[in-house]
Amino acid sequence: MSSDEPQQTIHDSTAPSTDTREARIGEGVDDRFNSRLREAFGASPFILTKFDEFMNWVRGNSMFMLQFGIACCSIEMMHTYAIKHDLDRFGAGVPRASPRQADVMIVPGTIVSKFGPRMKRVYDQMPEPKFVVGMGSCTISGGPFQEGYNVVKGAEEIIPIDIHVPGCPPRPEALIYGVLKLQERIKNGESSAVVVKPYELEEFGDLPKDELVQKLADQIDEDDLVMRYNWADSP
Amino acid sequence: MSTGTEPEVESELTQPASGTDEAELEALLGDRAIAREEHLNAPGFVINPNDVQAVLSDLRNEAGYDHLSCVTAQQYEDRYESIYHLKKFADPTDELSIVVPTTSENPVSQSAEPVFRTADWHEREAYDLIGVEYEGHPDLRRILLPETWQGHPLSKDYDQEKPQLVTLTEHQNPIQPDHRDAESDTMFLNIGPHHPATHGVLHVETVLDGETVADVEPDIGYLHRCEEQMCQSGTYRHQIMPYPDRWDYVSAGLLNEWAYARAIEDLADVEVPEYAQVIRTMGAELCRIASHMLALGTFALDVYGEFTATFMYTFRDREVIQDLLEDLTGQRMMFNYFRVGGVAWDLPEPREEFFAQARDFLNELPAKVAEYHDLITGNEIFQTRCIDTGVLEPDVAKSYGCTGPVVRGSGVDYDLRRDDPYGYYDQLDWDVITRDGCDNYARVLCRMEEVEESAKIIEQCLDLLEEWPEDERDVQANVPRTLKPDADTEIYRAVEGAKGELGIYIRSDGTDKPGRFKIRSPCFSNLQALAEMSEGEYIPDLIASLGSLDIVLGEVDR
Repeated sequence: MSSDEPQQTIHDSTAPSTDTREARIGEGVDDRFNSRLREAFGASPFILTKFDEFMNWVRGNSMFMLQFGIACCSIEMMHTYAIKHDLDRFGAGVPRASPRQADVMIVPGTIVSKFGPRMKRVYDQMPEPKFVVGMGSCTISGGPFQEGYNVVKGAEEIIPIDIHVPGCPPRPEALIYGVLKLQERIKNGESSAVVVKPYELEEFGDLPKDELVQKLADQIDEDDLVMRYNWADSP
Repeated sequence: MSTGTEPEVESELTQPASGTDEAELEALLGDRAIAREEHLNAPGFVINPNDVQAVLSDLRNEAGYDHLSCVTAQQYEDRYESIYHLKKFADPTDELSIVVPTTSENPVSQSAEPVFRTADWHEREAYDLIGVEYEGHPDLRRILLPETWQGHPLSKDYDQEKPQLVTLTEHQNPIQPDHRDAESDTMFLNIGPHHPATHGVLHVETVLDGETVADVEPDIGYLHRCEEQMCQSGTYRHQIMPYPDRWDYVSAGLLNEWAYARAIEDLADVEVPEYAQVIRTMGAELCRIASHMLALGTFALDVYGEFTATFMYTFRDREVIQDLLEDLTGQRMMFNYFRVGGVAWDLPEPREEFFAQARDFLNELPAKVAEYHDLITGNEIFQTRCIDTGVLEPDVAKSYGCTGPVVRGSGVDYDLRRDDPYGYYDQLDWDVITRDGCDNYARVLCRMEEVEESAKIIEQCLDLLEEWPEDERDVQANVPRTLKPDADTEIYRAVEGAKGELGIYIRSDGTDKPGRFKIRSPCFSNLQALAEMSEGEYIPDLIASLGSLDIVLGEVDR
């Protein structure tokens, strides 16, 4: 049975199961059963699909966002959630304060060295599958602050990002477009491979063991998080 | 002063530093003043690094300089220097700079912290970024950069290419098996940096005794975006103006731009056309309303978890203001609308439509404010949480250098728009709001009434703009393409931002870029008072106090 002719086949194969109901409601179409779904599927109460496609569809249409404010873009993000732009229209308007309850993290602002490890931790705390929208130029490249001594040149140095929304800050419409694009990708079963670049847990690996490195290495706890920013190699 | 002072202004306050009695100060300081300096805003006295506390306490107690506005540190080729910018709360035009040079080999200077509490964080920042050490400082460690940072980034020998390591060890894990202190039965609790009530990425280390706050230590620097470095590497004419929008990013852009505009216009002696000053005044007050609306909405969110109604109502009003500002400036938030010597362009055409929309907003505002009073300030849950909590006595507020609605909520009558007038404020009819409550409730009421005052200012500006003769609508002065102020000219200028006194210190070095660009952020000083306000109270009161300070981390960390 090929999948490019599903409806008729399904209708036929399930036809016997509707016999009793058709007998009950009698001849002719009862206008109580006139929903568009019923028109599409006929009398059958079943839809056949692949389970993972169904899950992707559900995920894309019910995204719990992490309430995660960093910098300027978070103000526009709040506007996107709020009254005029109303992200909830797209099933994505429930900001959760706890990362354990969230599916999507919008990174709204500049990441600096001190915040990098904290953002990584918050990202780690989110349950799989998780998605990230990078909002604004700072999460792409460091934006207007790229030359700063303390600014991480893009959030992708630390966590993987699915959708980049450029702008400084992006308008709420742009963020909505980004979220819709993410929904589209999730529905199609696409998202970034989880690859994390400069995040190091081991004891400073390849760094030359000077006095500072040795001192820090002595203090380091196995469970601790250490982030190394190699500004010269950053894009 | 060059901005907006036409001959018909009769106020004496527009003469900066006019009240400073230099002879009296010379007598007071005696031979502790080893040299004199002249800053554009104030006379400067050079003193020895060992005399800082004695000189500052004499100036505060004898001469009445009770406001340590800012501490600027900088490195010259042959020395380090700390500048203490002093003012009077009673008359902010009476300014004084105390310059403390130290040698390059041994940059140690006495701390001013025992005299002015606000020097605590200011000197930590100077240590962190420049590398001046302060003797007698209670807790001299890094404040903006991570503890493990190597080098002082704004000093001359800093290598930005060097790799840096950042660990999480200094931040204790809140999910340890046992939070309790072995001896005292208190609990350590991290609030933030990722927390909905901290208004951004603030980390508050709290020690709790039951539900009572025993100790509070705000840990900042999670949004330190090197704003001063960015401004020092941009040219005066165009490249600096976009950055102020991003300090206080809660739609207060024009207020921040004005801080830079005022400093550079006084430094380069640029006269701004009056018409541009009226547009600036109107735009700035629109920004103030937007900023206070966000403060109100998020404060209600903090205090009684009201995400739907109050928050949405304030955002409805913000959207209207942002539409107006977008019509005016072309952007919703990062306006970049001011230029050195004026504004970028005139009001949008058709002007009638803009005026009509602005007037619609102003006409609807009183009803909306009444609605907020019904919804928020009249709410008994809200009152129980806010009245008599987060008490900040006026003397304490002054000692911490608090400004803006925070200090006006403590009954200190201090508003730079009136006391150190710029723009068109001194020719308009409006009042400075003060409240005597000293508590969270007073600060919220203060903001709400300021919204009404701002509306009054905007209305008068609209009247002026509507009747302004068509052939006199100059939006910009004639400013050279490249600005190169004379070398070693120094100025510290402040404006009344949404959160308080936003000041900028610029030292020119003869090129088209500043030699030193220092930002005095109101939130940075206000946030220091948090411990004073919340220790001994319940933890929900701490959250309310934090909300009522209305900090924005972009401006705290810069």
